Amino acid sequence: MARYLGGKLFNIIISLLVLATATFFLMKAVPGDPFTQEKAIPPEIKANIMAHYGLDKPLGTQYLVYMKNLFQLDLGESMKSQNRSVTTIIKESFATSAKVGAIAIIVSVIVGIYLGMMAALRHKKLIDNAAMFIAVIGISIPNFVIGALLQYFLGVKFPIFTVQGLEGPLDYVLPTIALSTLPIAFIARLTRSTMLEVLTSDYIRTAKAKGLSPHAILWQHGLRNGILPVVTYLGPMTANIITGSVVVERIFGLPGLGGHFVESISNRDYTLIMGITIFYAVILMAARFITDIVYIFVDPRIKVSGGVVKK
Amino acid sequence: MKKKLLVLVSLMLVLTGVLSACGKSGSGADQEFRMNLTTEPPSLDVSQAQDQVSFTVLTGLFEGLTRLDATGKVVPGVAEKWEVSDDSKKYTFHLRSDAKWSNGDPVTAQDFEYSWKRTLDPNLNPPAPYAYQLYYIKNGAKYNTKDGVTDAAQLGVKAIDEKTLEVELENPTPYFLNLTAFFTLYPIHKSAQTNANWAAEAKDYISNGPFKMSAWKHGDSLELVPNENYWAKDEIKLSKVKFSMVADANTELSMYQTGKLDWTGKPTGDIPVEQLDKFRKENNKELQIKGVASTYYYNFNNEKKPFNNVKVRKALSMAINRTDIVEKVTKAGQVPAYGFVSTGIFGVAGEYRSEVKDDYFKEDVAEAKKLLAEGLQEEGMTEMPEFTLSFNEGLHKTVAEAIANMWKENLGVNVKLEVQEWKVFLKNRQSLNYDIARAGWGADYNDPMTFIDMFTTGGGNNDIGFKNTEYDALVKEAYATNDQKARVDAMAKAEKILIGDNQAIMPIYYYTSAQLIKPYVKNYSVDFSGNLDYSRITIEK
Repeated sequence: MARYLGGKLFNIIISLLVLATATFFLMKAVPGDPFTQEKAIPPEIKANIMAHYGLDKPLGTQYLVYMKNLFQLDLGESMKSQNRSVTTIIKESFATSAKVGAIAIIVSVIVGIYLGMMAALRHKKLIDNAAMFIAVIGISIPNFVIGALLQYFLGVKFPIFTVQGLEGPLDYVLPTIALSTLPIAFIARLTRSTMLEVLTSDYIRTAKAKGLSPHAILWQHGLRNGILPVVTYLGPMTANIITGSVVVERIFGLPGLGGHFVESISNRDYTLIMGITIFYAVILMAARFITDIVYIFVDPRIKVSGGVVKK
Repeated sequence: MKKKLLVLVSLMLVLTGVLSACGKSGSGADQEFRMNLTTEPPSLDVSQAQDQVSFTVLTGLFEGLTRLDATGKVVPGVAEKWEVSDDSKKYTFHLRSDAKWSNGDPVTAQDFEYSWKRTLDPNLNPPAPYAYQLYYIKNGAKYNTKDGVTDAAQLGVKAIDEKTLEVELENPTPYFLNLTAFFTLYPIHKSAQTNANWAAEAKDYISNGPFKMSAWKHGDSLELVPNENYWAKDEIKLSKVKFSMVADANTELSMYQTGKLDWTGKPTGDIPVEQLDKFRKENNKELQIKGVASTYYYNFNNEKKPFNNVKVRKALSMAINRTDIVEKVTKAGQVPAYGFVSTGIFGVAGEYRSEVKDDYFKEDVAEAKKLLAEGLQEEGMTEMPEFTLSFNEGLHKTVAEAIANMWKENLGVNVKLEVQEWKVFLKNRQSLNYDIARAGWGADYNDPMTFIDMFTTGGGNNDIGFKNTEYDALVKEAYATNDQKARVDAMAKAEKILIGDNQAIMPIYYYTSAQLIKPYVKNYSVDFSGNLDYSRITIEK
């Protein structure tokens, strides 16, 4: 098992290095720089500023300097927001994204699994059809449409919730709905299809024959296998949601990481682009890593075979 | 869908309902003014700021030697009086004795000297991008660009004593007293000497204006409260100014409609264009539309065939219908432009554009066809080659489509439209890598020169490849004299060369700015270029 996890960890580090390198050179290949602006600043001032940020050096040197700083966990200063370090920007905006994201994930998992289970148990009955109909809608309507509709109807037309900001607990309602619609739909469908398969398998029949209560069969034997695909999906989904949805944060005007993601690129804020990309990658890979560990507990076959499981 | 929403809403209500008692704070004190900045101010350090958002915040926080009143007239600020030498190159400012910083320290002439020298310092960390706003000061450019002057003592700014500031200029600059109201010329408190990050957080921030910063939640909101040490604190009625930083124009509008903002739209926000049209049609009383001293135009690449030919340029410019563009496409009350200097800029006695009419050319399709044929012949071409019109994202696309359509219909020429990402676009435009490109220019200060000196040969903002010695000479002439009539005459002649004789660019319209303002907001002032001074606002509910 240690070998299994060690191998995974090694892969993560290599992937991060490749990612950082690729991002660095791709980013520099895009025309323009942080100080390209409509009202041209005199070339002498610009040269002076470029030199200050080390942008006058050859690309290779810039890369080496960046990587050296990166190994010391120094992400540098933002080139757009002066006097602000990239680490601080990420820390502050991630706090918002993670808070909203965590609520959305909890809601998604509870509601999604519940809907999926109900659909599987009442297979081909009304509740199944209704749940799956909802799921199809949830998957096919993009969250910026849902977000804008929610904002208009529940914020402006019937001002039950605020249209922007996170001042009180109620302010979390609309962003949470907008964020969790897609994951709920996805989880519900995943749960339903696996549960349908699981509920007709031999060991469930055995459990029934042993005379276990339907309740115990469902929750102790069914769900454990039934949620395996959900666990797989949950890793990347968590990474995705807690790092901030660009669209939802924009609609509800939340100071999260998502906005910085897009803005840093249009600003050519090199240090911030690198910082956020690496941060996102770390979160994503950490989520996968944790998923792998969770697998070991949910699926004992992995522990036995040292990670080589044919799925 | 409905059912699902219902389920979710009720679920969320259960989750959060318990806590809802301690819900959101109300609209707060009566004298609170709320507007949207759209983004986090990139820098509130006087030396580093260079954009509209930072400028809007700084307007409340600082006061320069002079101030502009609601009519745009220069009135005393920190300086209560000043003398100007006969050659208009030396100013002596006398600071008022009761001017104080938000921490109680007196505002001294040294604070101004320090600020200006700091901004011009080529070794500032990082160097100030807007330092060229101080190039009017004697040796300012030379010191900042390390061109022979390395000693800051040689700069034309000197504190004679605590309350007297002496400023020497490179050239007589009739609008210098307007510049001293501009944010790059604000003073900086001495604490910046030991704390380079003085402008990063609310707790370290020291300012000398009507307000001081009470909170700055980065990326979210920024709050100002009155500065009790401000010398004219009796004029300040607001108890709080709250800026939000919401990027989406639709959300901003929703906030205004639900009473979370008192002001939406320019200078730092935006009203979605389709909504704006709706408000105009229903004659919304809260909607204000005003000229903003900016011109929307197209760059011709004067170095590239066939746009190097004046007849071709004239033909293209005469073949479009500007009135249709402003009425059917942009729809925000813009004014068709036939000159370069926008409306709202001072001339000799009144507005320049009223004194110098922009009748340099007329739209005329028949004449345009003739000119195009002649021009192409001169270039040895039989027909207009397909060319590209490039522009950045946003509304510019609909304008470009309309113009391409007019060219196609009126001249039978084919134009390819190309939308480019902002910085890619700027890069291409600045390196003359285009045929025709969209452009816009807003006034930095209230004088035609802010437009005219742009197209001198080799000028930093001359991105059309225009070279004209006569034009350069006129600009120089206007720079050298102190006589406003002679200056305006020279600049008007230059404009005629640029547009009338050469049609080096294609003017399209003079910008307007639109905002929705709640009826209870009184005593705001919006200057010629659309900047908002909110410091004297009163809320009369």
